[in-house]
Amino acid sequence: MSRYDAIVAGGGHNGLVTACYLARAGLKTLVVEKNDWVGGAAVSRSLHPGFTYSNCSYVSSLLRPEIMRELELPKHGLQILPYEGGAVFMKGGGYLAMYRDHEANRREFARFSPRDAESYDRYSRDVLRHCRFIRPLLLRTPPDPTSFRPRDLSELAFLGRKLFAMPEKDIYAMIRFWTMSISDFLDEYFETPVIKAYLAVSAIIGTALGPMSPGSAYVLLHHYMGDVDGNIGAWGFARGGMGSITQALMASFKAAGGEVRTGSGIEKILVRNGRTTGVALANGDEFTAPLVISNMDVKRTFLKHVEERDLPPAFVKSVKRFKIRGSSGKVNIALDALPRFPALPDDSPCIRGDMHFTDSIERLELAYDDWKAGHFSRDPFLDMMIPTTTDPTMTPPGKHFMSCFVQYAPPKIEGRDWTDADRDAFGQTVLNQIEEYSPGFKKLVLHAEVRTPRELEAEVGLTEGNIFQGELTFDQLLFNRPVPGYAQYRSPIEGLWMCGSSTHPGGGVMGAPGRNAAAEILRSLKKPAAMGEAYAVL
Amino acid sequence: MKNAQLHFRQPLQTTPFHAHTSAANKLNAWAPWAGYTTALNFGDETMEYTALRNQAGLYDLSPMVKYEISGPDAVRYLSRLTLRDVAKLAPGHVHYTAWCDDEGKLIDDGTLFHLPDGRFRLCCQERHLPWLMDSAIGFDVRVRDESEAVAALSLQGPCAYAVLARAGFADAKSLKPFQLAEYRLGKSGKVMISRTGFTADLGYELWTSPDKALELWDVLMEKGALHGLRPIGTTALNMARIEAGFMIANMDFVSATTALRPDRTRSPFDMALDWMIDFNKGPFNGRAALKREREAASTQWAFVGLDIDGNVEAEHALVYDNKKHEVGHITAALWSPTTKRNIALAMLRRPYHAEKSGNLWVEIYALRELEYHKLMVKAAVVPRQFFNPARRRATPPGMM
Ligand SMILES: Cc1cc2nc3c(=O)[nH]c(=O)nc-3n(C[C@H](O)[C@H](O)[C@H](O)COP(=O)(O)OP(=O)(O)OC[C@H]3O[C@@H](n4cnc5c(N)ncnc54)[C@H](O)[C@@H]3O)c2cc1C
Repeated sequence: MSRYDAIVAGGGHNGLVTACYLARAGLKTLVVEKNDWVGGAAVSRSLHPGFTYSNCSYVSSLLRPEIMRELELPKHGLQILPYEGGAVFMKGGGYLAMYRDHEANRREFARFSPRDAESYDRYSRDVLRHCRFIRPLLLRTPPDPTSFRPRDLSELAFLGRKLFAMPEKDIYAMIRFWTMSISDFLDEYFETPVIKAYLAVSAIIGTALGPMSPGSAYVLLHHYMGDVDGNIGAWGFARGGMGSITQALMASFKAAGGEVRTGSGIEKILVRNGRTTGVALANGDEFTAPLVISNMDVKRTFLKHVEERDLPPAFVKSVKRFKIRGSSGKVNIALDALPRFPALPDDSPCIRGDMHFTDSIERLELAYDDWKAGHFSRDPFLDMMIPTTTDPTMTPPGKHFMSCFVQYAPPKIEGRDWTDADRDAFGQTVLNQIEEYSPGFKKLVLHAEVRTPRELEAEVGLTEGNIFQGELTFDQLLFNRPVPGYAQYRSPIEGLWMCGSSTHPGGGVMGAPGRNAAAEILRSLKKPAAMGEAYAVL
Repeated sequence: MKNAQLHFRQPLQTTPFHAHTSAANKLNAWAPWAGYTTALNFGDETMEYTALRNQAGLYDLSPMVKYEISGPDAVRYLSRLTLRDVAKLAPGHVHYTAWCDDEGKLIDDGTLFHLPDGRFRLCCQERHLPWLMDSAIGFDVRVRDESEAVAALSLQGPCAYAVLARAGFADAKSLKPFQLAEYRLGKSGKVMISRTGFTADLGYELWTSPDKALELWDVLMEKGALHGLRPIGTTALNMARIEAGFMIANMDFVSATTALRPDRTRSPFDMALDWMIDFNKGPFNGRAALKREREAASTQWAFVGLDIDGNVEAEHALVYDNKKHEVGHITAALWSPTTKRNIALAMLRRPYHAEKSGNLWVEIYALRELEYHKLMVKAAVVPRQFFNPARRRATPPGMM
């Protein structure tokens, strides 16, 4: 039986981030991952000869630059590539394009409405204003509003100062924004259905909400608060797929002396007298450590791998009530050639960006209605990208990898488990939608990996297939994430910590939960952390 | 339809004068302005500036954002929108104006033209269609973006009228500053000429339809040759506008519609535009907030002219009281060739613009052969109109 200072349960990107900081602070650290590979939902795998997929997450923006720099990820092979363009294909053959160039984009919007074209600047400004409030909170542990410890008080004061530094009307605007639906929010700026449909998407991705559900506007912010090299709200590809992020993290971790064990998952987090003592693996191995940090979601951690009787009942009840409903699927496709979309001119940059087929909020809401009824959407929303138009490393030249993020897909079909037949039907629905706008598309398909919430849960361990390890609604954010009283990465069991996306500030390939958790742990050990201040928002 | 979607191939539009401006642009020096490709300079910028102050310069004004406002309530609407009383603006006249949001913070400044046929044209730096349309709620007016539908040239300089007269617009002689009238262009064309400009000199702006643009350029350039007329780019024009003391939204102040940081917005009092505010004309956007600001004397900033010792330009410099305490910053600066002064436009915290302006210093980092000289130079607050010759106002206008 081997002894460690710390064991990280799960080799997702957040687990690896925590592990890196602990190892760098001199702790003998082990990462245990159930799969044969690390990465969790940030992974690149080859399922068809010569092709690499970003199997789950597919674009990067949120990954904190502080982390990339402190953990020397570029030195360990990470390269983030901004991409350009985007389009919504419309019923009837038209399309709305998105361009990086401000003027080209304005004129594109003006084709639909000169007013909307100008409103877009005001909309972007307002969203950016909300981001400026949220961004400084990302790399801070949320305060416990019921505690009187000096740090909690000073963090509460920090929040309060930020809030009250705002003009009164901005405070009102922010509180409305945090609670309203994206559909209502967009109606305040735009009149063109397809423009609203394009912009609404960020508010429903990974969320079991429709565009008309209150609370969806905040989710939009969650997708806007990242950046690529300071360009706030911009997204990029990780060269080599999203797995490059976790491969670089693993290399950084090993360079700091860390150990990784893959291929057998944790069966039990060992607890004696209210303290953790280590972990027992499915293959029978046991490792001891005074610190266990779980990268798994809060439900999986406490309802599957800890005895309920070791936990306070109120805590168990809150964990059970934590909302983690899955809403998304993924279809990864190997293509023999670049598909053609007749609506697009051949030299259009739109093909290098995100492409959608949902041209109105109403269609998006109808897709959500299917989910509520326990079925995958018959007319699903696709966020379709072809990363190989930018990234030369994932396929042979001329061949392409297409990533389709799909909503909505429920955790269960009409209350029962998904079957293979359901999964295949889901995949066909997606291929059919693309074929409608790109005749001949299906003939290019060499291989397709279809993933429903069932597959996501089975592989990545995301309970109910929820991509963010828990929904990003206001009731589950800040000091209420994952559950009230336990927002500071601690759990009721001494020595057992949390570092996954279930914790503040939530999901996405961001690394902030992992870094914040490491900071709290090192603080509790009174060890100096090799961490700088978070970059200021000027 | 498809052609309309090819703007990704040419993100910046060309103006109706592009065929001629591109032929004249010896240096191929272009810069984007409001979505258009515009000449930074055609040749030697010093020569262009000199022509502007000595003979005449021709500047392509087409990218200027232009809104057409018409309908029975146009006057009432514009009085509600802007700071001045538009009922006092008779057809055939122009006034300089500005407008605010409900918090009394400046959105933009611009010129409002009351056309002979009763319509209005609002010209400005930034785009404001959503604001103009929202403000129109309850008024019987039509607001239309006519930026692309109007081609415009600015003809400025002491010989500007001489050029006009020779080009067939001798009747423009009677135009006083801020007046406008319509004239015939060639056989079938029309051109509107206003005695306006951005240089504080004798000058005119000429407005026509895009299909007549090249013809207008040709006649002016051909007849103007005798008077030394030459095309000028934005660099020369900007030198003249600093000498004139004119402000530009998002260069000298941040528009309330683009400001991200709540403390960046400015009121008309901050920008020394309070002379325009007509509190007696009835309700207008921002009135309550502006009234509060006036009554509480709570204005924090002052937009001023600075006369700086020495001859080193103070672009982007910080301004200090007593060399230590930071009290503001410079938004535009120039060694003025015409006035032979080292001038700047600056944003100062009150009361350093007046009562406490006696000990102001400007910190300049002068780059000379790859090394910086750090200078602390004395500055004095002066009126912003550094250049303001009598020929600017003379009617009838001078010929040279
Ligand atoms: C289909 C999909 C698309 C997405 N798209 C994007 C996107 O484009 N951009 C973006 O920023 N975010 C995206 N996300 C969200 C983002 O990928 C996740 O929020 C993030 O990767 C979660 O990281 P994590 O480290 O918190 O947890 P996870 O990645 O969930 O890591 C948990 C790890 O624990 C392991 N594990 C589970 N159980 C055990 C056990 N018993 N023993 C040992 N190990 C165990 C898992 O295998 C996994 O490696 C997407 C997610 C999905 C699923």
